[in-house]
Amino acid sequence: MTIAWTESRVLTGNEAVAEGVCLARVQTIAAYPITPQTQIVERLAEMVARGELAARFVNVESEHSAMAACFAAAAVGARTFTATSSQGLALMHEMLHWTAGARLPIVMANVNRALAPPWSVWADHTDALSQRDTGWMQVYAESNQEVLDSILLAYAVSERVLLPTMVNLDGFLLSHTAEPVEVYAGHRVDLFLPDFEAPYRLRPGEPRAFGGLADPGRYLEFRLRLQQAMARAAGVIEEEGARFAVAFGRGYGLLHAEMMEDAETVLMVVGSMATTARAAIAQLRREGRRVGLLRVRVMRPFPFGAIRRALRGARRVAVLDRNLSPGHHGILHAEVKSALFSEPARPSVSGYVLGLGGRDVRPEDIAGIVADVERREGGEDLIWWGTGAPPSEIPVPAERREALA
Amino acid sequence: MNTGWGGMNTGWSELSREEYLHPGHVACQGCGAALAMRLVLKATGDRVMVVLPAACWTIIDGSFPTHALRVPLLHTAFETAAAAATGLRAGLDAVGAPPTTVMAWAGDGGTFDIGFQAISSAAERDEDMIYVCYDNEAYMNTGIQRSSATPWGAWTATTPAARPQDRPKKDIVGILAAHRIPYAATTTVAHPDDLVRKVTRALGVRGFRFLHLLAPCPPGWKVDSSLVIKAARLAVASGVFPLYEVEDGVRLTLNMSAPTVPVAEYLSLQGRFAHLTEEQAAHIQSMVDARWVDLEDWHLRTHGGPPIGIPSALDGHGRPGDVVPHG
Repeated sequence: MTIAWTESRVLTGNEAVAEGVCLARVQTIAAYPITPQTQIVERLAEMVARGELAARFVNVESEHSAMAACFAAAAVGARTFTATSSQGLALMHEMLHWTAGARLPIVMANVNRALAPPWSVWADHTDALSQRDTGWMQVYAESNQEVLDSILLAYAVSERVLLPTMVNLDGFLLSHTAEPVEVYAGHRVDLFLPDFEAPYRLRPGEPRAFGGLADPGRYLEFRLRLQQAMARAAGVIEEEGARFAVAFGRGYGLLHAEMMEDAETVLMVVGSMATTARAAIAQLRREGRRVGLLRVRVMRPFPFGAIRRALRGARRVAVLDRNLSPGHHGILHAEVKSALFSEPARPSVSGYVLGLGGRDVRPEDIAGIVADVERREGGEDLIWWGTGAPPSEIPVPAERREALA
Repeated sequence: MNTGWGGMNTGWSELSREEYLHPGHVACQGCGAALAMRLVLKATGDRVMVVLPAACWTIIDGSFPTHALRVPLLHTAFETAAAAATGLRAGLDAVGAPPTTVMAWAGDGGTFDIGFQAISSAAERDEDMIYVCYDNEAYMNTGIQRSSATPWGAWTATTPAARPQDRPKKDIVGILAAHRIPYAATTTVAHPDDLVRKVTRALGVRGFRFLHLLAPCPPGWKVDSSLVIKAARLAVASGVFPLYEVEDGVRLTLNMSAPTVPVAEYLSLQGRFAHLTEEQAAHIQSMVDARWVDLEDWHLRTHGGPPIGIPSALDGHGRPGDVVPHG
């Protein structure tokens, strides 16, 4: 008789999330549907109904209530999960602060989707990045395998540092696209991720209060400790990633560098765009171009040190942002520049905003960006890519010209 | 004649000598909200966990690291009492915690207004919790602004005397009863027998249980702190705040006989109604009368006979028919 260590299955990103949650033996799920996340909670509802997952499943009436329910369930020590997208994540915003401030190791899948108006259900990272100051760790997966693995890793990391984790996957590009995923046997996952014993929890009969008023003489220390936990989390993510590699043969870190030896031009990307960029850069490499790829897997805690080390020796960097901070630049671009500011020798950094609202990013876009950035020796903060024309050349209807002038 | 299980209870309820509210809490003198918690916890005992959204009680409990209750308490965001209590129950069940009752404890703003979506949804799902709304009829913690629990004609900081509250108080018990929850009831801090009996009854039922608990606020109502009990007694005796309970959203039992005290007596006690003209006071009386007719009609449909009051619910002294409020 042989023991099945893994099973190779063809899963969408949403299904991979649900498999990860099931393997993590999550105890409480509060869920509300939103495209393109809905299949996650549908699948989990099925797993619970069929007894495959021994969890309490609460069909709440909004994402805000989903996170409020997760908050309280985690406060009594339950391993807790929810999933959302875009508008739902925005609605949760208050409770994201609340759960991180309460230092609860909740894990949430966020299927990245653009915010309205205009309505869009397609991939965009502005939803998650708008939440970057809430105290949640943020992971962005490139593949459906990484989606499943990141759910398991998220619990392992969150439960060590007592901070929540948001696992991000690109709407439709991952959530609805099927690819082979290795699903591990439950007993192997149990060894990697044992049951959660919360070090602090509210218990019946123990008269404590969690989350009460902190006067100005005390509040700051709570935030100091949250920041210290974030700082510690960077190392814990690397440690758990290495432990995962021993257990399952795949390693994960904060920053994934490829083709970086002798790279003069480096492309920095987040999420599924890395797959396109890898193929395009490999082709450029075959043509003798010195181009490298850096995929930022973790946006919080932001991998300052890893980015500085990785970019030593690079001449220029193109940061590709599938997001926008209006009035500023692409968000990764701004953060990469802040990471490099203290470096004695810095590459030039150019920021490309592209792919918003699910606009396709093709291999020829990547090649075009490499050619473009190589012409910009000083760097350029905000380059709109893929609009078809610079904004100044977008035709304006005659009746609007006066108002815009 | 048996007019229903509520009407049959004319005896005393045991009021525990145990105190679960420590001295040293930071409520105002005469605070109805503090008294409400003290009495409810006497009925529940310590096998309860409190979920507390933003409310006066956020402050009353004391600032970190102090805690005024002898039971666990989870502070949560303003609109989330029922959602967080749902999660707390689910989490306790998931981790196999010892038996305990989850009690959401929210003010009128957190219940009638900002928390309304969550409470409606938790009630519809029949989540297993006791939800207590201690109602002081405005946003008192922020300095007396109007909520949808503020009664018609009342002054608040956002409904000034020149343009007072011009909508009737939201019928929160009626709305929740319409969710067909197993138990909903009204009570006040001035009727400890009635309060303890209703909390005890709620404890014996599973599912979503709602208590609407009138808790006068001396600064908000502009009454002297020594008159809080009198104000709550008059609220009941005048019919402004009738005592009743609804089972399964269908069977209503009035816990008092018809009001005998003119509403004007209740209104004149409070500075928040000082600007009212006689016509306006008469309008309030007519609204109270109409509401009583509705409730009595519902009681008649349930029980086939008129209500027999719990005398202690009216005056705290167990004398039938005595509706004279005691200050």
